[in-house]
Amino acid sequence: MDFDRELRNHQMADGDLELSICPKCNAQFAKKELADRQHVCPNCGYHYRIGAYDRLRIILDADSFEELDETLHSTDPLDFPGYREKLNQMRKKTGLDDAVVMAVGTIKNIPVVVVVLDSRFSMGSMGVVVGEKITRAVEYADEQKLPLLIFSASGGARMQEGIFSLMQMAKTSSALARFSGHRGFFISILTDPTMGGVTASFASLGDIILAEPGALIGFAGARVIEQTIGQSLPEGFQRAEYLEEHGFIDAIVPRPQLRDTLAQLLLLHQPKQEAVYDSNEG
Amino acid sequence: MTRTKDNQYIALARAMDRLSVTDYIQALFTDFFEQHGDRLCREDPSILGGIARFHGMPVTVIGTRKGKNLRERIRFNFGMPNPEGYRKARRLMKQAEKFQRPIITFIDTPGAYPGIEAEARGQGEAIAKNMMKMSQLKVPIITVITGEGNSGGALGLAVADWVVMLSHSVFSVLSPEGFASILWKDASRSTEACELMKLTANDLYEAGVIDGIIEEPAGGAQANPEQMYALLDQALAYYLEELSQKPINDLLEERYEKFRKIGFALE
Repeated sequence: MDFDRELRNHQMADGDLELSICPKCNAQFAKKELADRQHVCPNCGYHYRIGAYDRLRIILDADSFEELDETLHSTDPLDFPGYREKLNQMRKKTGLDDAVVMAVGTIKNIPVVVVVLDSRFSMGSMGVVVGEKITRAVEYADEQKLPLLIFSASGGARMQEGIFSLMQMAKTSSALARFSGHRGFFISILTDPTMGGVTASFASLGDIILAEPGALIGFAGARVIEQTIGQSLPEGFQRAEYLEEHGFIDAIVPRPQLRDTLAQLLLLHQPKQEAVYDSNEG
Repeated sequence: MTRTKDNQYIALARAMDRLSVTDYIQALFTDFFEQHGDRLCREDPSILGGIARFHGMPVTVIGTRKGKNLRERIRFNFGMPNPEGYRKARRLMKQAEKFQRPIITFIDTPGAYPGIEAEARGQGEAIAKNMMKMSQLKVPIITVITGEGNSGGALGLAVADWVVMLSHSVFSVLSPEGFASILWKDASRSTEACELMKLTANDLYEAGVIDGIIEEPAGGAQANPEQMYALLDQALAYYLEELSQKPINDLLEERYEKFRKIGFALE
């Protein structure tokens, strides 16, 4: 509904005075300080993984946020042993119904449709709910003629939903094809991690593709590749910087600059005045 | 019961003598002209593609191929395409649209290749772009899953108006070994995975994931190739005719709605 729910959860779960140790440089900081710095390590610049509501709070104008289809949840389509229990546990732990939040809001007063995957829930994996919400967001942006932002954070397909999970790749890609055909503007933002079927569908289909520094981005997982080729992987493999070097992302944008960059891009893609088209006719 | 059965499907689908895209092209098509290369950096032999005639009508045919002996299997990378394969397929499909040829794809792949170079050259992007393009192509598309259809590596060639499986083929989010490895960190539990995954033609047809099944001869397609060719020929001729008669906007709308509806979430 709003940021408060998430905020309360966060405070109850963590406590602002507790220390956080940076997984990259081992520096220690109060969680409060880390939160004030958008969860970027003040010492080494490591970008912590953040939840969907934290992300929205950083990106959107204050009080501009309205969540859509909040309660969409999984049917457990394969009747997979233990999956319902696992879903319930994750719901309790995260306060989310699945690994995705869809919202409308504004960035510097420009209205946008935003989808954020949340890696705290089943590593952001894409099952039917994630695929469905993304597709609805694309269709909504298409109907309302709004720009679309998707923040990916996902290990890939949700195994427990099997083939239904796989088919979300076709569904989301088809919706984006239509949106693109209608000149819809889509910015895909890849955050840590963006893998598997998410990389091989909507995340790679942005008009603009941005990534956060150091984010792991790829199709096949490192373990699978190592087992297949029988050698270890080069340093920096599948990191945002590697992807940029190989031509697959437009820019790496550190989190503190992301909101400004998005606003800049949105302004550069404001629809042309109808009058301009009219004057060319007849 | 089911366990043994679903596992047998895997064995049949993966058999070295399983009929391949090259067999089907030879038996069902004439005037095949193979087209190589993605026009960007290389040729990927894991995906075969070209122009041919089906019942006299020019069509574009594309298929993954594994090879029928060890030498071929190594040459074709065991049917695991690199990004160039998907990009070649996209090039051929765009060309088919330009010249108004229907497209027929044959799928038999363990999945897209998990390798360093494949990642460096954008395996995920290549598959995503194929699905995006296929969803809007203004010609009829038919996909036949002839053996294994695993993961995005299969789906990247399968966003079609009519997706049909041979009755002993399988179609799934990942190989059962990969599935077990990710879920239970134990690839040896693949038999158990098979049972849970709903990867057989019957299961997938019931779930609305595929549009049809072609019954294989007893013992599988490879046991009686002539009969398999005749059955497939008949089915392809029927559906190509039906799809070709549809106004293109209806075809695109139905293609969209078909994939749009797969997977149901509770409000």
